[in-house]
Amino acid sequence: MKNTVRVHSFHGGIHPPENKKQSTGAPITMAPVPSRIVLPLQQHIGLPADPVVKVGERVLKGQLVAEAIGRISANIHASTSGVVTAIESHPVPHMSGMPADCLIIEADGNDEWIEHQGLEDYTQLPKPELIEFIRQAGVAGMGGAGFPTDVKLHLGDDHIVNTLIINAAECEPYITADDMLMRERAEQILGGIEIIAHLLKPLHIMVGIEDNKPQAIRALHAALDNSTLNLDIVITPTKYPSGGEKQLIKLLTGIEVPSGKIPADVGIVCQNIGTTTAIFKAVTYGEPLISRIVTVTGQAARHKQNYEVRIGTRFADLLDHSDVDREQMYRLIVGGPMMGITVEDEQIPVIKTTNCVIAGSVQEMPPQPPAQACIRCGMCEQVCPAELLPQQLHWFAKGREFDKARNHNLFDCIECGACSYICPSNIPLVQYYRFAKAEIRKEDAEQRKSDHARIRFEARLERLERAKVEKEERRKQRAADAARAQAAKKDAALTPKPASTANAESSEPDLKQLKSNAAIARTKLRQAEKALANAKDKGQEGVDTLQATVIQLQEKSDKAEQAYQQAQNAPAKAPVAAPASSLKDLKNNAAIARTKLKKAEKQLADAEASGEGDISALKAQVVTLQERTAKATEVYENAESGKDNSAPAIALDTSGLEADIVAMQGKVDKAETAWKTAVESGSPAADKMAAGVAKLKDKLTALQDELAAIKNASIATAAPVIDTCELEADIVAMQAKVDKGEAAWKTALESGSPAADKMAAGVTKLKDKLTALQDELAAAKSSAIATAAPVIDTSELEADIASMQAKVDKGEAAWKTAVESGSPAADKMAVGVNKLKDKLKALQDELTAITTKSDAKQDETQMQSEALDMKALKQQVSIMRTKLKKAEKQLAELSEDEKESALASELIAEIDQLKLRHGTAKTTYDTAEAELIAAAAQEGIDLKQLKIDAALARAAVTKAERALTKAEDDGKQTLEEELLAIRAQAEKLNATLERFSE
Amino acid sequence: MSAVLIAVLVLLGLGLVFGILLGYSSIRFKVEGNPLVDQVDSLLPQTQCGQCGHPGCRPYAESIVNSDEAINKCPPGGQSTIEALADLLDVEVVPLDAEHGEEQIKTVAYIREDECIGCTKCIQACPVDAILGAAKQMHTVIESECTGCDLCVEPCPVDCIDMLPIAPTLNSWQWPAPKPGIELIATDRHPGIALEAEV
Ligand code: SF4
Ligand code: SF4
Ligand code: SF4
Ligand code: SF4
Repeated sequence: MKNTVRVHSFHGGIHPPENKKQSTGAPITMAPVPSRIVLPLQQHIGLPADPVVKVGERVLKGQLVAEAIGRISANIHASTSGVVTAIESHPVPHMSGMPADCLIIEADGNDEWIEHQGLEDYTQLPKPELIEFIRQAGVAGMGGAGFPTDVKLHLGDDHIVNTLIINAAECEPYITADDMLMRERAEQILGGIEIIAHLLKPLHIMVGIEDNKPQAIRALHAALDNSTLNLDIVITPTKYPSGGEKQLIKLLTGIEVPSGKIPADVGIVCQNIGTTTAIFKAVTYGEPLISRIVTVTGQAARHKQNYEVRIGTRFADLLDHSDVDREQMYRLIVGGPMMGITVEDEQIPVIKTTNCVIAGSVQEMPPQPPAQACIRCGMCEQVCPAELLPQQLHWFAKGREFDKARNHNLFDCIECGACSYICPSNIPLVQYYRFAKAEIRKEDAEQRKSDHARIRFEARLERLERAKVEKEERRKQRAADAARAQAAKKDAALTPKPASTANAESSEPDLKQLKSNAAIARTKLRQAEKALANAKDKGQEGVDTLQATVIQLQEKSDKAEQAYQQAQNAPAKAPVAAPASSLKDLKNNAAIARTKLKKAEKQLADAEASGEGDISALKAQVVTLQERTAKATEVYENAESGKDNSAPAIALDTSGLEADIVAMQGKVDKAETAWKTAVESGSPAADKMAAGVAKLKDKLTALQDELAAIKNASIATAAPVIDTCELEADIVAMQAKVDKGEAAWKTALESGSPAADKMAAGVTKLKDKLTALQDELAAAKSSAIATAAPVIDTSELEADIASMQAKVDKGEAAWKTAVESGSPAADKMAVGVNKLKDKLKALQDELTAITTKSDAKQDETQMQSEALDMKALKQQVSIMRTKLKKAEKQLAELSEDEKESALASELIAEIDQLKLRHGTAKTTYDTAEAELIAAAAQEGIDLKQLKIDAALARAAVTKAERALTKAEDDGKQTLEEELLAIRAQAEKLNATLERFSE
Repeated sequence: MSAVLIAVLVLLGLGLVFGILLGYSSIRFKVEGNPLVDQVDSLLPQTQCGQCGHPGCRPYAESIVNSDEAINKCPPGGQSTIEALADLLDVEVVPLDAEHGEEQIKTVAYIREDECIGCTKCIQACPVDAILGAAKQMHTVIESECTGCDLCVEPCPVDCIDMLPIAPTLNSWQWPAPKPGIELIATDRHPGIALEAEV
């Protein structure tokens, strides 16, 4: 047979023993269906395929099990019917020997096909659809790296394809898969070529084939006679590596593909001959790529022949079928002896690119003899098909001068192994190149990454800078705004307003202020409500607190609103008239009270100095006066501040009344003193005066009632935040009066005055009033309690009770004296005392009620928070426990290694101690947590904070453990030091926990 | 005489012309900044870890160029960076200065997310914005952006950030360097020695 085209030649090449005859003796037979199929998700170049079946699913032969992701990827199909049992890591044919994700199918032996259908006439289909059809079949290059075929078929889109070369050289020793394929299935090959030619429309088709396959050449020619296809079968001399893509192109066309370019750039597309049959089967029968021809050979194999093997068949099954003598087998090689890889694990499956499995004996695959020094013989240079300087590259790779290696076109090396084969010094040259290439790729990747990092870093700096500038600008803007506002205010103040009086002027901004106050209160309220709703939705902790806040805010807002409206309704009247007149009065009152007090004090001092007169009476007077002065001043101050208070209405209303009361009180006092003098002097006007005093007192009471009523009204609106101290002050004052009245009455009794009875009635009345006031106070307090329950301060109530008790005691004593003196008023007094006692009881009841209520509330909150946090705490404790256990385990390992060493045992002792400490820490932790929760419930501490503290404590433990591990790593010398550090850590931890328990 | 004069004049003229040309191009093609700093900076790994004692890679590059700082202070870059720098600056290759740390395997930060309390401290520390999160929310590291600089580990108050070595995958796996052969000259060849040496 003569070549119709001129055959060129390429540089270098070697002639290793072919060893092909062994496996061409028998025809291709079907390998049996294995019991298990292992399909690696990545059998091709590009991204791994994505599984589309689930574990446990039954799949049929030819069913899609993993889908291609992205452009460069390939579908994977089940190669027999069965059940998917796992998608897991499994050994795969890879140089690294690392496992990768595989889909494992337990075959059912039925080998049942999925329904499939070829194309009647592929020429009718648009090219993209035809290519997509081929892509669906998962066809990938079956010669070398497994490049997805559809990508190559698209090359016609953006390249002009002059020549299509079908690679049938099969130059590597031992492999005969393509040879046998051509001998037996030449029609399928030609059919496949037709399809490719249809898609690429090349001007010229060539099949490159080495002259050591005469039968295959004959078969191809025979098939070609029956075909319309116009192609040249080019027979090339046998020389390794003529099957290299670039070498074959050089051989057939004389064109050299430039460094760093692909053949398509010079108008050539190469396809492997095995791929053509896969394309043919896919298009004609609709069969995806699920099997391929694999040569099983090597001296250890008894049946050396080619099999059609299902993709995913494990080597073990294949070797068993070929009757491989495992004793004799020294190395298992996948691929050819030149470019293949040695695999250790027979569980590795056949994939789309597996063309040969060699079970080599020691004789045929001896171990690599040790490398010697390079003798610079230059033989490697002579055989290199890529026309490189292998020796030079070797030096560069060895010296890690990767840049120089790159500049010497390291990446043009096809790793054919010719140089290693020929090297008399047995230098593993290809390994050096692979290593150098990997290093260079890594460096490139790192360079890319560092460039990327730089960009991100600079972007971040820029962002921070920008944020700073923006902040500065905002600050400036605010300052400018503030300055402008100030200036505007000043202007407004300077501009005379003829129409309005000074008061109206001052009331104007007040109104605004009130309005904004009201608005602010409203917004706050709304926010709080929202938060509450949120919290409720999520069932978060602190709903109670939030609720209380909302209520409080509601009231505040209402109050503010009300104040605003009131102020608006009576903008001129309230703030202008009322304070102007009554303020003066109040001031006067206060001043008078002060003067009186001073006078009384002086008198008292005089009396004390001279030791005569009724010192105790004077003292009582001074105390009363002091109280009164304080009250008057307070009232005055209240009234004054009420002028620009946010709730001036209430303050104003009551302040006038209070002033009245104070004035009335003054009158009553005066009258009382007068009356007392009268009684002492035995004046007959005493009776009349007593009646006058009573009248005055009634008036006072009426006034006070009024005040109380007003206050009540204000309480109704401002309930929880009501200031009960005023009420209390009233009560105290009343008490003082009652006391005084009682004292007077007693004197009257003692002196046998006839007015005593009347006085007794007056005292009772006073007492009644006092009770009323006290009731009022209690009511106010309970209403406050109702809303602000858990944080109620019961101390006031308790103080009340104590004072009441004192009163009761006093009353009893008085009654007893009266009884002893045989006074007729004794009965009445007894009734009064009883009444007092009742009141006391009522107060005490109230106190208990409040305490139980607040207790119940507390319990509730506590329980809630406990439920929330205890879980987390428990978790944390268990984490601590596990960590400790881990540490122990590590130590156990250490002690095994160094059982002899005293240090190790010391270490164990230390660990025990640490464990003990850990245990105590845990308990402390637990109690601390419980206490902390209780405290949190009481004080309303944020539970999140607590959680964070706990996390911090946990971190301390982690750090201690890390120190421990480090100690192990660093060896014995530093162990002691590290142990000290650990101890310190543990101490620290304890301190942290103690902080918790506080 | 006139020939000498002409020669002198021609040379003067040429000098003038080239002088003007050079002066013009030095203004026209003026390079902003120091290009050498950029070159040095591009060789540094951009981890921004500060192990060299400078507040980032660029400051180190600047001080290498401007104040003759030693080139062996970058542990993340390791020996290969030192070699590249030595090559660029035409100075001796020196081993890594152990004072600034040792060359370590590449790592990437990993946040144990259920322990994170969302304090955002790590975000503030990360020089390349590789951490995603918001206040009181769980944080996580974008693995592809993380340079493994370690800077986020220290600020974390609950110590929930680990530096994990990057596990090799099939695609990132690399051929190891071949074991160096026995460098004997041919006349010393002796099987016994060779075998022993191999073991
Ligand atoms: S064939 Fe081997 S010994 Fe000869 S020059 Fe090449 S590397 Fe050196
Ligand atoms: S392995 Fe590379 S360097 Fe060696 S002969 Fe083949 S192409 Fe040349
Ligand atoms: S995530 Fe941490 S280790 Fe990674 S780059 Fe940011 S700071 Fe450095
Ligand atoms: S520093 Fe730690 S706790 Fe804070 S956000 Fe980062 S990972 Fe979370």
